[in-house]
Amino acid sequence: MKWDEFFVTGEPMIYGAMVSIVLVSIAIVVGLTYFKKWGYLWREWLTTVDHKKIGIMYIISALIMLFRGGVDGLLMRAQLAVPENGLLDSQHYNEIFTTHGVIMILFMAMPFIIGLMNVVVPLQIGARDVAFPRLNAVSFWLFFAGAMLFNISFVIGGSPDAGWTAYFPLSSIEFSPTVGNNYYSIALQIAGLGTLMTGVNFIVTILKMRAPGMTLMRMPMFTWSILVTSVIIVFAFPVLTIALLLMMLDRQFGSQFFTMANGGMDMLWANLFWVWGHPEVYIVILPAFGIFSEVISTFSRKNLYGYKSMVFSMVIISILSFVVWAHHFYTMGHGAMVNGFFSVTTMAIAIPTGIKIFNWLFTMQKGRIEFTTPMLYALAFIPIFTIGGVTGVMLAMASADYQYHNTMFLVAHFHYTLIPGTVFGVLSGMYYWFPKLFGFRLNDKQGKLAFWVIMTSFNVTFLPLFFLGLNGMTRRMYTYSAETGFGPLNLLASIGSVGLAVGFAILVYNIYWSFRYAPRENNGDPWNARTLEWSTPSPVPHYNFAKMPNIENRDAFWFAKKSGKSLYTEEYSDIHMPNNSGQPFILGAIFMFFGFFMVFNWWVGAVIGALGIFIMMIVRSFERDHGHYIPVKEVVATEQRLRGEQV
Amino acid sequence: MKIDHSVPLEYSTEENKNRIFGFWVFLGAEIVMFSTLFAVYFTLWNRTGNGPTAKEIFEIGPVLIETFLLLTSSFTIGLAINSMRQGLMKATMGFFAVTLLLGLGFLGVEIYEFVTYVNEGATLQTNAFMSSLFTLLGLHGAHVTLGLVWGGGLMLQMKREGFTPDTANKSFIFSLYWHFLDVVWIFIFSFVYLKGLM
Amino acid sequence: MKRRGLLLIAFSALLVFLSGCNTLTVLDPKGPVAKTQADVIIFSIITMAFILLVVYVLFVYMLTKYRASKAAPDYEPPHDEGKTWLEIVWTAFPLIIVIILSVVTIRSTNEVEAVPKDYQDQKPMIIYAASSNWKWHFSYPEEGIETVNYVNIPTYRPVEFRLYAYGPITSFWVPQLGGQKYAMSDMVTKLNFVAEHEGSFLGKNANFSGEGFAHMQFEVLAMNQKEYDKWVEDVKNTASDLTPDEFQTLLDTKFVGRKTYTSTHLTFLPPPEGEHAGHNHGDAASKSELDQFQMDQFGSENSGGGEMDHSGHNH
Repeated sequence: MKWDEFFVTGEPMIYGAMVSIVLVSIAIVVGLTYFKKWGYLWREWLTTVDHKKIGIMYIISALIMLFRGGVDGLLMRAQLAVPENGLLDSQHYNEIFTTHGVIMILFMAMPFIIGLMNVVVPLQIGARDVAFPRLNAVSFWLFFAGAMLFNISFVIGGSPDAGWTAYFPLSSIEFSPTVGNNYYSIALQIAGLGTLMTGVNFIVTILKMRAPGMTLMRMPMFTWSILVTSVIIVFAFPVLTIALLLMMLDRQFGSQFFTMANGGMDMLWANLFWVWGHPEVYIVILPAFGIFSEVISTFSRKNLYGYKSMVFSMVIISILSFVVWAHHFYTMGHGAMVNGFFSVTTMAIAIPTGIKIFNWLFTMQKGRIEFTTPMLYALAFIPIFTIGGVTGVMLAMASADYQYHNTMFLVAHFHYTLIPGTVFGVLSGMYYWFPKLFGFRLNDKQGKLAFWVIMTSFNVTFLPLFFLGLNGMTRRMYTYSAETGFGPLNLLASIGSVGLAVGFAILVYNIYWSFRYAPRENNGDPWNARTLEWSTPSPVPHYNFAKMPNIENRDAFWFAKKSGKSLYTEEYSDIHMPNNSGQPFILGAIFMFFGFFMVFNWWVGAVIGALGIFIMMIVRSFERDHGHYIPVKEVVATEQRLRGEQV
Repeated sequence: MKIDHSVPLEYSTEENKNRIFGFWVFLGAEIVMFSTLFAVYFTLWNRTGNGPTAKEIFEIGPVLIETFLLLTSSFTIGLAINSMRQGLMKATMGFFAVTLLLGLGFLGVEIYEFVTYVNEGATLQTNAFMSSLFTLLGLHGAHVTLGLVWGGGLMLQMKREGFTPDTANKSFIFSLYWHFLDVVWIFIFSFVYLKGLM
Repeated sequence: MKRRGLLLIAFSALLVFLSGCNTLTVLDPKGPVAKTQADVIIFSIITMAFILLVVYVLFVYMLTKYRASKAAPDYEPPHDEGKTWLEIVWTAFPLIIVIILSVVTIRSTNEVEAVPKDYQDQKPMIIYAASSNWKWHFSYPEEGIETVNYVNIPTYRPVEFRLYAYGPITSFWVPQLGGQKYAMSDMVTKLNFVAEHEGSFLGKNANFSGEGFAHMQFEVLAMNQKEYDKWVEDVKNTASDLTPDEFQTLLDTKFVGRKTYTSTHLTFLPPPEGEHAGHNHGDAASKSELDQFQMDQFGSENSGGGEMDHSGHNH
């Protein structure tokens, strides 16, 4: 590696980005110093083990990554707007669609969902934190280290350029000689480790830390979805870790797993990738299903229809998600028998998904439907996601897939599932749970405006792609000629993408405006909701629950409100809470440096980094930290202040 | 911290119970990880290119020694936990030490084996079979190495603090880890070495 | 009501789509394989439209009937755990559709993998199609000719394309003749096509393979047997042989135009099938084999056999 190859050069847009990164960094440092906020940042955020704050940090990171991935998407649409466009060259376009995919799935959708589950799950099950608060902070900082490492590839060394699937041999050192795919393998390993720990943490939290009386079948549906998701994470992410490890060994240590010589097998990568990759799709969609279940039930003023079948269908989906991976490459030539098997398993997923759609529809039957912003996202999900679902069934038919594979039809399909599913899901969840965290609601009028712009633009952007695909336009083409006739529909899609950008700008303004001007409500339950988290004051005190609730049925808070009985019958007592720690943050930082040196094959730095990681683990092992107690007097005082009640 | 005296020390607090359960879940993830590597190995093990095949490089001698050492260490860590439950500090420390020494012996033989392969010209770069073999054995070996450091650290902690809910809990979890490595080795022994030698 | 408008747009789009099928390449088949696939696609679209209709009708019904603004001020929704018979209905309903689609899929997949029904008595013509960098090499072992970036085939005759790659995975796709299949470096995959119309059809690589991917297209020219024989005759009279050196130069070049030769590379660089497949052989269809061949042929001793020159791929 020569120094002149270190920074990415020759692209005015990247120069612009470098300058703005430097300026923003300086602005942040100056701002923190000027307002004397370093101590606040360290004490309240960087060292926190509070699941709510960790959740907020996840969501902020996700929003930043949404911006980055969104800009990538806009650039792609700008390039494709007209035939023979010269805005981006091939290499740049290849890097952009690669990072768009990786960032949107792994650094936007995942942290947004993990953020929401951090915020909500302990509150929904009546826990004061997750099972392993310190590990939770480690998870976040590992994710953050991975995300930052991946993002600096764009100015230092060059971005990965072999697609988010990074198929071998294209992503091998022979055909992709820049460090881009080293970033891919190492940053994703680091972030993936964090995600795996999150999965372990939430399985234990949900199975072991529920409030008295909350049996599994009394849990809110969102918590159920997170339990199922966590199980998928624990079974799927190790496969990714191994796949990325082998990729790293192949690219940087000369092993022969996926090479074209000495017995290597490129198809093995595709199999490993999708054995993780397909369950990953359900990792980001099932929590969204959980959110929609909560939101639709709340704003229909009715309990969730068919609770048991909702749970059952999620479990079935999670099992099926592990036996469908080969549908991502029917065209690899494994014959009609194998393709037939995977077609059937894939289409079978439509059955539990269909059950869920009908259950949501019937939750609204005889309800009292209120069209709030979170409800709008949930409602729009049903018709749009169904399009994504049925086109998924079409893609599952192997014989026809030979014609859809690798085309814009596929691109349209997965955007039709991931955007109304995951993105609408997390946005709905953000609007819904926002008051729980901050004590006020996001402005509804602006929120609705953003919703309508996003929803409409989404369809304008992605509906044309179905037709482009059937007309023979493959994905990942950086340009096309005018004779292909792809021009008009591409232009329409590009116009739609501008609308999406406008919609998200309104959404950001909505958050900003609401922080400044929205009326503060001293109301723990602004939506008149049903589940346990709404029984706490807003914003939630750091210990969540002053007294442990006693749960006797599903939607316990709703029934408590109706009967006028309190869920909290215990007396106040001292509350045991975990201590803050700077170790997770430091560990994340060391991981990032370790990863950076690994990317560039700078072994001395990498060895020092690895030693640093081991030292941090040893330090942690020898540490004795049993947390602290919040005295009962302080708890009572806080509760009186927050609830305005007499004790 | 509430300590429940009706159960063994390692289970005596809420946090301890959660840690043990969490570690079981984590071992689930480890099983998936090793299963993936086994799948990779089985896919590639007869794709030897121009390099050596399993039959050509495997030798039963060192493998039997490794198996003996690791199986014995799994037994001694069980004895260590048993002594710990009876509150016998000396015996616990002794069995811990024996376990770690056996682990060290295992590691030594494994390193010797690796050196032999490399001397025969079979390296990570040779062919797909060698790549998958080195990675599978290497990851297991790395786990053992980490276990040695971890176990050593725990001995120090027990010596300093005696049997507390913390040290008991950590030692118990360590024993789960160690047994797990043994189980993985049994699979490696049967499906890598014995199969390769057949 | 905006939502109804949306529904209307969706369905009119579907109608426009179904009536405009013939203008979409994939739904304008020129051979039996693509025809089968187009039929499956149309069938699935109709089935899916029916499902969408059911969901949309229920959706609009629920939203219009049970809006809070229409409810009486004191209306309180009932507690409803769900009805088992309804759950059974909407489990059985998709189940039946999935069973039907499964049968259709398995039958049609077997169909498109085999030689088309009406042509099974003919011996298929074999053409090897190999990708390298961003071009396609077509070898006709029977005629002993080779072309680059275009392929001529006779109509009404089954053609078996045997696909492999020198380098990244590519996907051989001629939408109007039939769906795609991957070309890979260590095995040969097969596609069976029959052209039932004369004409020029666009073929392309559908699987992203790096810098020149967007331009990796070729022309399939389907002509009647007489014209085809004449073309073969012409080639033999005018073109020259493909030498190993010439082939090496072709492999190393990123893009080339059309080329025609009177011999194939198959003779000196066998495709990765049979004994040459990746799992039986160290170097799967790699260039070292070509080096080996050249070494054997020219008796060169000094070039290190293990050292591979990949300069052509470094971009």
